[in-house]
Amino acid sequence: MSAAPRTIIDKIWDAHVIATREDGQSLLYIDRHLLHEGSFHAFDQVRKRGTRLARPDLTFGVADHYVPTRHREAIQPEIRRMVDQLKDNTQAHGITLFGLDDPRQGIVHVTVPAQGLTLPGLTIVCGDSHTSTHGAFGAYAFGIGASEVAHVMMTQTLWQKRPKRMRVRVEGALSPGTSAKDIALSFIAKIGADGARGHAIEYDGPVIRALSMEGRLTLCNLSIESGGRLGLVAPDDVTFAYLKDRPYAPKGAAFERAILDWRALVSDQGAAFDREIILHGAEIAPVVTWGVSPEHALPIDAVVPDPARAADAAQEEAWRDALTYMGLAPGMKLTDIRIDRVFIGSCTNSRIEDLRSAAAVLAGRRATVPGLVSPGSAAVKRQAEEEGLDRIFRDAGLEWADSGCSMCVGMNGDLVPSGERCASTTNRNFKGRQGQGARTHLMSPAMVAAAAVTGHLTDMRALLAGRTV
Amino acid sequence: MTPLTKVESAAIPLALANVDTDQLIPARFMKRPRGDGYGSFLLHDLRAEAGNEAAKLDDPLFQNAEILIARRNFGSGSSREAAVYALADFGIRCVFAPSFGDIFASNAVKNGVLPAQLAEGDIETLLTDGLIAQGGAVRVDLSDQMLHCGNRVFHFDIDPVWKKQLLNGWDDIDMTRSYQNAIEAFVEGDRVKRPWAEPDRDGPVASG
Ligand code: SF4
Repeated sequence: MSAAPRTIIDKIWDAHVIATREDGQSLLYIDRHLLHEGSFHAFDQVRKRGTRLARPDLTFGVADHYVPTRHREAIQPEIRRMVDQLKDNTQAHGITLFGLDDPRQGIVHVTVPAQGLTLPGLTIVCGDSHTSTHGAFGAYAFGIGASEVAHVMMTQTLWQKRPKRMRVRVEGALSPGTSAKDIALSFIAKIGADGARGHAIEYDGPVIRALSMEGRLTLCNLSIESGGRLGLVAPDDVTFAYLKDRPYAPKGAAFERAILDWRALVSDQGAAFDREIILHGAEIAPVVTWGVSPEHALPIDAVVPDPARAADAAQEEAWRDALTYMGLAPGMKLTDIRIDRVFIGSCTNSRIEDLRSAAAVLAGRRATVPGLVSPGSAAVKRQAEEEGLDRIFRDAGLEWADSGCSMCVGMNGDLVPSGERCASTTNRNFKGRQGQGARTHLMSPAMVAAAAVTGHLTDMRALLAGRTV
Repeated sequence: MTPLTKVESAAIPLALANVDTDQLIPARFMKRPRGDGYGSFLLHDLRAEAGNEAAKLDDPLFQNAEILIARRNFGSGSSREAAVYALADFGIRCVFAPSFGDIFASNAVKNGVLPAQLAEGDIETLLTDGLIAQGGAVRVDLSDQMLHCGNRVFHFDIDPVWKKQLLNGWDDIDMTRSYQNAIEAFVEGDRVKRPWAEPDRDGPVASG
């Protein structure tokens, strides 16, 4: 192996290459394969070939996309079929399942890391684009389609082209009240929803180092919304402290040995990146989206943009279309946008820290609109209840539900009614994502909590005065 | 998968950017088995929006179109391969855009659908082209990466590996199986190099 300086991206890549073809495609070994209800297309492909899974022991199933978060006893037959299908398929192939009634159930990108299954230096794939989340541990994690899921099932490998490398450095420090969600949305607004296309991203710099694992998970989660293949953060003591004593993580001497290897997972001095972007923590304000793409994001003190001032005709048309769908007029203050409901949940922002930051704003206050809080996993739910956070949400008038993808994608029936406007901690403000005709504004959990209290988009910093976050 | 070499048909000019996979197929249709056919779900909700570009899908001029032309970041978002199933079942075999979502493009190739990259300027020219607007036929030739529209010719980009797969109608899995020995050798060596990489299933959490 050459002694040339390498990025962490290349180090993990090189450690997983089984063979490289003349055309430059490499066959990569996959360390973890995660499945959910939507994986039925891939199971069908495996069945059609009359074959078995190569490594069921490296494969884990999680019921999340379709599971009811309310009234689980009255589950609809169509949804029940999706959940049962996953159970039958995983059982038939000897795969561990975190199913509907399992205490480990939760959203795949929340519960799997908490189980210690996500480790630095692993390759991790799942038929879900937000698999990039697991990069928070310094893992090489990306979303794949059903044909690739079937390929991994049958071979535990994937053909991939080495990605281009991008480094995003965030210098300085965040100002109080801003979070990983604001970093991510600021970054996406800056480079565009396809700005990182074809790239693997390493996030680095003092602001990233200061983030908790929860914050890093949120940041890496949103990598896909910048078009990036994946995003990761080099592991450090924050990572190791999180992993210690997690159920599936190595223990004792094996853990110590692993840490020695993991410490080498950093980009070497002088390693070349194809692109470098620098953000300054102090310039990052609480951000909200106003349109139908995550790149339609602005600081909360801004106004709705005017299509007449767009950079070109295509952008002008896109903005016009977005404003029509969202029912907004150019020039209006973002803080004047009234909302109909709120949602706190999804693999982006449903971890314990997220719930705490929303609760810090809501404590002792009432929401003026209805809303749903769906913790990221059954374990997060239990912990939040131990801390009394559920009381704060309920006392504020919000519904405290079970864990699942819920209103992030609405597959389980948790939908925003057509024409209604939702302040949401999720990751996609696409047309119809939360339900046909639904209007979504993305923001951090504390910002959603503030919007719930005032009934319109709000700078939560005003509501935090004198409170501890 | 059926090889793709030449396609000659009408092309739908879809003057939209950021057409994400939630638009290509809304989530509520994804419970259906593939055998039912996904074509009617393609851009389902946009087609219903008054005056939306996507209404062109239902225009008799484009009834047999196998080509779609769109603006940047086509197929961004969710990894749902059902977005490609919807395109393929509707009859689309080639999509032209300045950029694509990575996972979408890879899914497309696996289903014999060409994600062809064209410069932004060329896309804008095609979106306003008179022949295309009238449902006239254009011709795609994958081997020389050309799109012929009337007497004009556009050169498009496609990853060389994907091009070969599309031309040959290859399936990865058979090819990968021929690497079985290399995979086994890798696993053996890897167990020594990364003894911590497999999940620890030995029950209770160690103390200290
Ligand atoms: S919460 Fe949303 S983004 Fe996350 S895994 Fe579920 S559907 Fe995907």
